[in-house]
Amino acid sequence: MTAPLIAAKDVSVRLDGRPILQGIDVEIAAGEIVTIVGPNGSGKSTFLRALIGAVPLAQGRVTRAPGLRIGYVPQKLALDASLPMTVQRFLGLPRRVSAAKAREALANAGVPDLSDRQMTDLSGGQFQRVLLARALLEHPQLLLLDEATQGLDQPGAAAFYQRIEQVRQELGCAIVMVSHDLHVVMAASDRVLCLNGHICCQGSPQMVADAPEYRALFGSGTKGTMALYRHQHSHSHDHDHHHHDHEHEHEKAQ
Amino acid sequence: MLDDFMIRAALAGLGVAFAAAPLGCFVVWRRMAYFGEATAHAAILGVALALSFSLPLLPAIIMAALVMGLTVTVFRGRGYAMDTLLGVMAHTALAAGMVAVSLLADVRLDLSAFLFGDILAVTRGDLAAIWLGGALIVGLMAWRWSALLTATLNPDLARASGIDPRREELWLTLALALVVAVAIKVVGVLLIAALLVIPAAAARPLVRTPESMAFAAAALGGTAAIGGLGGAYLGDTPAGPSIVCAATLLFVATALVGPALRRR
Repeated sequence: MTAPLIAAKDVSVRLDGRPILQGIDVEIAAGEIVTIVGPNGSGKSTFLRALIGAVPLAQGRVTRAPGLRIGYVPQKLALDASLPMTVQRFLGLPRRVSAAKAREALANAGVPDLSDRQMTDLSGGQFQRVLLARALLEHPQLLLLDEATQGLDQPGAAAFYQRIEQVRQELGCAIVMVSHDLHVVMAASDRVLCLNGHICCQGSPQMVADAPEYRALFGSGTKGTMALYRHQHSHSHDHDHHHHDHEHEHEKAQ
Repeated sequence: MLDDFMIRAALAGLGVAFAAAPLGCFVVWRRMAYFGEATAHAAILGVALALSFSLPLLPAIIMAALVMGLTVTVFRGRGYAMDTLLGVMAHTALAAGMVAVSLLADVRLDLSAFLFGDILAVTRGDLAAIWLGGALIVGLMAWRWSALLTATLNPDLARASGIDPRREELWLTLALALVVAVAIKVVGVLLIAALLVIPAAAARPLVRTPESMAFAAAALGGTAAIGGLGGAYLGDTPAGPSIVCAATLLFVATALVGPALRRR
């Protein structure tokens, strides 16, 4: 096993004196898809922000592989109307990209011809795709998605996740995503991390779905739907990810 | 040519307008108008400091503005109600500075030159300071432009790209202190914030990218400086306030023309 891309060791975060995260130990390996689930206020976004170094750590440390390229898609991005910003200029922040490269990135993201539009004129779905396109332009080794499908309708969200899957195949980057779309979680992840201030449980999607800690958090109301997700999972993706699941179980055994 | 006081005044006004333009854009984008005000008002404290300790004026002004800027930046990160806090600090700096100057009994100093500027009395030395300082500010802004822009857009996006938004904020604070020092002779501490905000705000309806906004703000600020000086000459009005009034006219004009431009 090679060194992880990024590792959180015993990380605790307090915001305004309130403990948000406690004793988080997570390692992200190259190429794996990890999904973080948890109730509202469980520290999912804070965890991603701790990984990029945007929140001070009360305890513990985050180590990154040297020169690690991170693509980050925040939960929401409020653009001030006083700041003029075309889509192409946005794609070139902080490092400029050529017009051709920007067009190509937008075409790949499924939103061609947006180059000259103002960011503030985009619809929610277009905005999310542009955010993703920007994150991908730097050829990230690690892609962090914070509820990236928030505000998208179901077909929009489905298309977004198809794009993510495609990205992983093309770039081979690791992906850490916070998601409420549990069926997607179950279908596409190598590993699920259930967070509620601390890590309640983690492992393969099935393991987490069966874990009593997870059931306690999400209640029995999700049981029916959960069965459906696992059903989908075993049909469409089990063979794809068998290798990965195996690898992680091996890792845990060590 | 530089012997003519109107030429010197015009060059001084242009220098300040160009230096203030890129910085003014950030003041608008980051909603720092009051921050600019507080930094500018602190310059009066710097004047008092220079007088009481016989320090050179310009470094004392930069120091005072910088200390104010840093103080505000530190508080900013700690969740204070910024609007109120800045209101307190901006006006306290102004009032305390004026009180301090008046307490220096042996100095009969006309403060109005510092409050409203004295652009018609700009010397060759002042002109050199304005253009050197202006070049420094523009150079600093050009150097940090991309990082500052990313940090302004979203601090977390900046972090993910390896940019420290707090460090960029400090560059901005430094540039602001320098602008105050450069502009004090031209428009005075009371109107420096106006020269930062109004040209940038006037540029906004005309442009589609951050860079073009900075250039448009420079052009509009320069136009306001020349137009204001001309108006002051013709109407025998105070020069600094006339420049600000000219900038306001441009602001109104672009606000009216802007929507029509966008429909095109």
